Amino acid sequence: MSEPILQINHLSKSFGAHEVLKDIDFHVCNGDVTTIIGASGSGKSTLLRCINLLEEPTSGEILYNGSDITAKSVDPASYRAKVGMVFQSFNLFNNMSVLKNCMIGQTKVLKRSKEEAEANAMKFLKHVGMDPYIHAKPAQLSGGMKQRVAIARALAMDPEILLFDEPTSALDPQMVGEVLAVMRDLAKSGMTMLIVTHEMAFARDVSSRVVFMKDGVICEDGAPEQIFGNPKEEATKEFLARFMNN
Amino acid sequence: MPSFFENIAELLQRYGMTYLSGAGTTLLISLVGTFFGCVIGFLVGIVQTIPVDKKRDSKFKRVILAVVRAILRAYVEIFRGTPMIVQAVFIYYGARIVFGINMGMWTAAFFIVSINTGAYMAETVRGGIMSIDVGQTEGAKAIGMNHLQTMLYVVLPQTFRVIIPQIGNNYIINIKDTSVLSVISITDLFFAHKSAAGALYTYFESATIVMVIYLTMTLVTSFLLRMLEKKMGGSDHYDLATKDTLALTSGTYNFPDKKKSEVDHK
Ligand SMILES: Nc1ncnc2c1ncn2[C@@H]1O[C@H](COP(=O)(O)OP(=O)(O)OP(=O)(O)O)[C@@H](O)[C@H]1O
Ligand SMILES: [Mg+2]
Repeated sequence: MSEPILQINHLSKSFGAHEVLKDIDFHVCNGDVTTIIGASGSGKSTLLRCINLLEEPTSGEILYNGSDITAKSVDPASYRAKVGMVFQSFNLFNNMSVLKNCMIGQTKVLKRSKEEAEANAMKFLKHVGMDPYIHAKPAQLSGGMKQRVAIARALAMDPEILLFDEPTSALDPQMVGEVLAVMRDLAKSGMTMLIVTHEMAFARDVSSRVVFMKDGVICEDGAPEQIFGNPKEEATKEFLARFMNN
Repeated sequence: MPSFFENIAELLQRYGMTYLSGAGTTLLISLVGTFFGCVIGFLVGIVQTIPVDKKRDSKFKRVILAVVRAILRAYVEIFRGTPMIVQAVFIYYGARIVFGINMGMWTAAFFIVSINTGAYMAETVRGGIMSIDVGQTEGAKAIGMNHLQTMLYVVLPQTFRVIIPQIGNNYIINIKDTSVLSVISITDLFFAHKSAAGALYTYFESATIVMVIYLTMTLVTSFLLRMLEKKMGGSDHYDLATKDTLALTSGTYNFPDKKKSEVDHK
């Protein structure tokens, strides 16, 4: 097995007295497509946000390519430049066009030339089918389009791993498909992905591994066939049963 | 009533230039004061919203920041909490008597209006920055921007857009409030009124003229700001980028079923 790109040891996170993540151990290898499922409030987003240092872990370590990024000496900004993140609420920059959204990080953070940044942005915008809309502002796009641009923006930074936090949860049902299609493509291309989702069919199809979280702990963790076909834990069974019913 | 118009005519004839140069002075001081007030306001607002990272920031940086913030806080409270007419006397004569500096009334006027506007703008900018959705900041952080880059490219441009009405508001207030600077012998529009009306004993007529001039200045300002606001909003449609140049000649496209108003669907 290859060296894990991400190795999480004894990660805990509390908001005040509320312990949201409890002693999480977990790793992601290069090329893995890992999906995290679990009930609302189980701590999935918090885990992802800790991995990207948008939340400061209370204790534990997060090893990225072997070095602990929670260390004082690590600059969160330069670490985040290597880790892409796609949010439920898109978070495109409202003051910039689609093209500019995909260029600004490249020119300002990676210090690429304008020409290089533009060519690269166009490549990924084409990838997600948003190249005709480069002049549009985010407010002029549908949710599905915004999310595809957000994916292109993350990809344009050439990240080593991409984090997705419920990328389709804010979308109308008819737009979910277009975003999932883009993500399927990415998974096939060998991108390392860590995805929080409520789309069970998608999780079953594309993941190499599924993690089930409950109340701030990883309750079960295994291949998609096993988690969906033959869950060991009672909690997993319950969750999946409840989920299939709605 | 005939004498009313006669008096106006006489005032305009004899003091037209006085009114005009008074209006010019008023405009100049308000413009300069509002501009530097905005600069001050942005600087203070930015410092007040620097996030403190308890883990990574050195103790030294945190202490300095806390001290600077306390000073800025005091500045804002003092200048918002006292009348500009008193500030003018206090600073102009204070500089001369305590520090032996003769500012000159123009420097004093620019300084006082700037620093006064800055105090108001500081709070406006801080509020504007806080009103920008945290998602914008998180989006910027997620692609590796540091705080300065996030502010410069993402937050402040949006903040500016949000606070244009407030900037306009301050400018209009300044146009009216510079009238108090006659206490340090600035010959603004109100001063022009006092001298003209006093010489001819035509207070009502002169006040009418001055009202009209003030109103003209503020209305034109409001109008210009509206235009700026609209321009900053960008166009409400976008061109579809397509390699088929023929398609472009048929005009610009509005995306069929999405209008600007329906932004987010949750
Ligand atoms: N900034 C915060 N301050 C306090 N509590 C928080 C904060 N963020 C999250 N929480 C709490 O942490 C718990 C886990 O939240 P989290 O968002 O990680 O859940 P989730 O699994 O992503 O849920 P969902 O499926 O609804 O997105 C919740 O109880 C939430 O109220
Ligand atoms: Mg969540």
